[in-house]
Amino acid sequence: MTIATPTAADTAIPKAPNPYLEFCRQQPLGAISFFIIVVMMFAGIFSPWVAPYDPLAIDFAGILAAPSWEHWCGTDAFGRDICSRLIYGSRTALVIGFTSSFVGSTVGAILGIASAYFGGKIDDWIQRFVDILLAFPLIVLALVVVAAVRKFVVGGVDVNLIIAIAVPIIPRVARVVRAAALSVRVMPYVDAARAAGYSHSRIIFRHMAPNVVAPYLIMLTAFIAQAILAEASLSFLGLGVTEPTAAWGLMLSGNAADFYREAPWMILFPGAMISLAVFAFNLFGDSLRDYLDPRFKV
Amino acid sequence: MKITRRTALKGTAGAFALGLGGVHWDMRHAGAQAVKRGGHFNFAISAETPQYDPHGSDTYATLHFSAPFYSTLLRYNLAKFPEVEGDLAASWTVAPDLMSYTFKLHPNVKFHDGQTLTSADVKATYDRLRNPPQGVVSTRRATFSDIASIETPDASTVVFKMKAANSSMLDHFASPWNTVYSAKDLAENAAGPRSKINGTGPFTFVEHVKGSHVSGKRNENYFKKGLPYLETYRGIFTLQAAAMLNALQGGQVLAEFRGVSPAERDRMVAAMGDRLRVEESSWTLNLLVAFNVEKKPFDDVRVRKALLMAIDRWGGSRGLSRISTLRSVGGVVRPGSPLATPEAELAKLPGFSKDIKKAREEARKLLKDAGHENLKFTLWNRNLAMPYTPAGVFLVDQWRQIGVTVDHKQSDTGPYIAAMRSGNYEVAIDFSNLFNDDPTLAMTKFLSHSKNPLNMSRANDEEIDKLYELQLRERDVEKRKVHIRALEKRLFDQAYQQPLLWWHRIVLSHKTVMGWQMSPSHNLGAQLEGVWLNT
Repeated sequence: MTIATPTAADTAIPKAPNPYLEFCRQQPLGAISFFIIVVMMFAGIFSPWVAPYDPLAIDFAGILAAPSWEHWCGTDAFGRDICSRLIYGSRTALVIGFTSSFVGSTVGAILGIASAYFGGKIDDWIQRFVDILLAFPLIVLALVVVAAVRKFVVGGVDVNLIIAIAVPIIPRVARVVRAAALSVRVMPYVDAARAAGYSHSRIIFRHMAPNVVAPYLIMLTAFIAQAILAEASLSFLGLGVTEPTAAWGLMLSGNAADFYREAPWMILFPGAMISLAVFAFNLFGDSLRDYLDPRFKV
Repeated sequence: MKITRRTALKGTAGAFALGLGGVHWDMRHAGAQAVKRGGHFNFAISAETPQYDPHGSDTYATLHFSAPFYSTLLRYNLAKFPEVEGDLAASWTVAPDLMSYTFKLHPNVKFHDGQTLTSADVKATYDRLRNPPQGVVSTRRATFSDIASIETPDASTVVFKMKAANSSMLDHFASPWNTVYSAKDLAENAAGPRSKINGTGPFTFVEHVKGSHVSGKRNENYFKKGLPYLETYRGIFTLQAAAMLNALQGGQVLAEFRGVSPAERDRMVAAMGDRLRVEESSWTLNLLVAFNVEKKPFDDVRVRKALLMAIDRWGGSRGLSRISTLRSVGGVVRPGSPLATPEAELAKLPGFSKDIKKAREEARKLLKDAGHENLKFTLWNRNLAMPYTPAGVFLVDQWRQIGVTVDHKQSDTGPYIAAMRSGNYEVAIDFSNLFNDDPTLAMTKFLSHSKNPLNMSRANDEEIDKLYELQLRERDVEKRKVHIRALEKRLFDQAYQQPLLWWHRIVLSHKTVMGWQMSPSHNLGAQLEGVWLNT
């Protein structure tokens, strides 16, 4: 009987797989979604160089032109190139989607952690407030806020539209993050921090917040899709961005409603872009959750 | 071509019709078809009036609501527009020097509550219009400033004595807004007509259900014997164009008398075929570009002029007329009407050049001279899809082409009007809602702001006021034209405000609706007295 002597190669610590490649391997749909998001972001950031035409340029000689080599997605009732408006529209969708989701999710996370940490009456008050806000569907609450506040444009972006979409996100994130934070609150290291006399803000931001990052990130990505959809819906209803700004929801309203029978491309392409963006963010959010949450790995 | 039984029958019928008439002839205008009395008529009103009194209103929503309940002294004969005819007045005479107007009223005219109409009622109405008591709004008060006194020598005679000759006075007496009220009612409560209806019109008020409809029934004591033809009607508020079109297609309403866009017309023609009647006319409505001269840099005529010169109205007219109710290029008087500026003369005025490339070069130079090459401003507009949004999109594009950046701000009518009237805007899309082609009515808009607060440019220009007065007092048409042209030139040279494009009116109705008369104004023809249903 021989006893095998382990070689150096056998005793070496296995190299950790590249997390990005591992994500692509485990979550191929998520990877495709991420690719779509990156393409959209690229188009949004570099739209002046990517778009074939000026999205505001009216060409009455080319009104309602069907898709062609010249105009890939056709033209609208003003003869504007739909493809260029879609590319510029991704900028509007992503800026408003990202910003409102970030603001809503962050405020919601802070409220959720504070609610879980302090407990008692503070928890009761915050949760009852959250209950009230949760009673309204996202789009209804956004409509109420956007109707109540006046338009306030900074750098071409309507700040109040962002707030209107962020407000309904707050309670949804607060509720989820609170649940995660409640389990963190009873951890010994939090008790130890408290016993050491650390301030509330230090305990919340240094010890609890890092442990609820996963649900926060998942909610953040998931709500980008909701925010894009809300922005499109508000613009469609005439409460979001105004003409002639290139925005997907706006492209579905106005003249599109009058001419969609003779020029169906006026609604097909913006509708497809909204669907694609929402699918991409939702799938990416789901994939991220599956990848990061250890319970889904069992 | 395949000849079927149906096409053969159609051809035979067509040949027969041509043989009889020689020309296409709408029978309902000819009055050749026997009128059918009775029936209930549903029509759409695409806005709901906040109050009932036309004296204090400038929206058609009030007229489409209230006109069937009231009469006016004179009115327009829509078949011979702009000729006027008597309504309450059976006859009238005008002094050769235009210093007095004498009206003889129809006998036995009754208000809906049974009171008999007398000259005192007309006097009380016009006193209210020209000198409204506290708490009463008279929107067109300025148009009666030339009346010195109103005399009532007997119960059926009214005499208007003038301070000065006014070439537009008969048009003012025919205005659909000047509905006649009972003197007794006004004495009891001068603001009463805002919320209570008691007129002498062809229909009596039945109910107003807010958010839903207004309804009326035939006035059995109407002074024009045999009229109206309808037994009852209901004006249904359909604020959304899509809802109105669906209701029209489904037959829930049989007409909408304001107007629709070309795309809406095409959709309905495709859906309803020969069940639908389409009537079109140029419209006594225009959109204006107004600059607030109290805001910098719009206090500089070079900036204002540059912005007007950058607008390609002729090209815009061709494009916008395909997608909106905007169509005709014109000056301050409706294009095509007798006193309008001819196209050749118009093209010489700033903002109307047909050589847009050259005009834009000049515009850029003006902006450079004024030190505003990279001008940025906010364009205020109403949040109404048709035609305000297309007009805003068009203007943003036109100004972009001379390097100007515009933030297009659309808001609901309330905040929009509040911003306009308070001067809290830089540049705005305003509107001029007229009911006839009288230049005085059209040019009142451009009087100095100190004289007319509805001049949204807030400019005060004595020369324009002087030219306005000259044309108003001038009785010779050719001389009057000269004053009108001079005023138009001054207005456009100073570039305070300028018509963008005039509207085009398209009215849809079921072919069963007879007796309604198309006109260039949606403020006219709302009395419904001659309407009947061919069902």
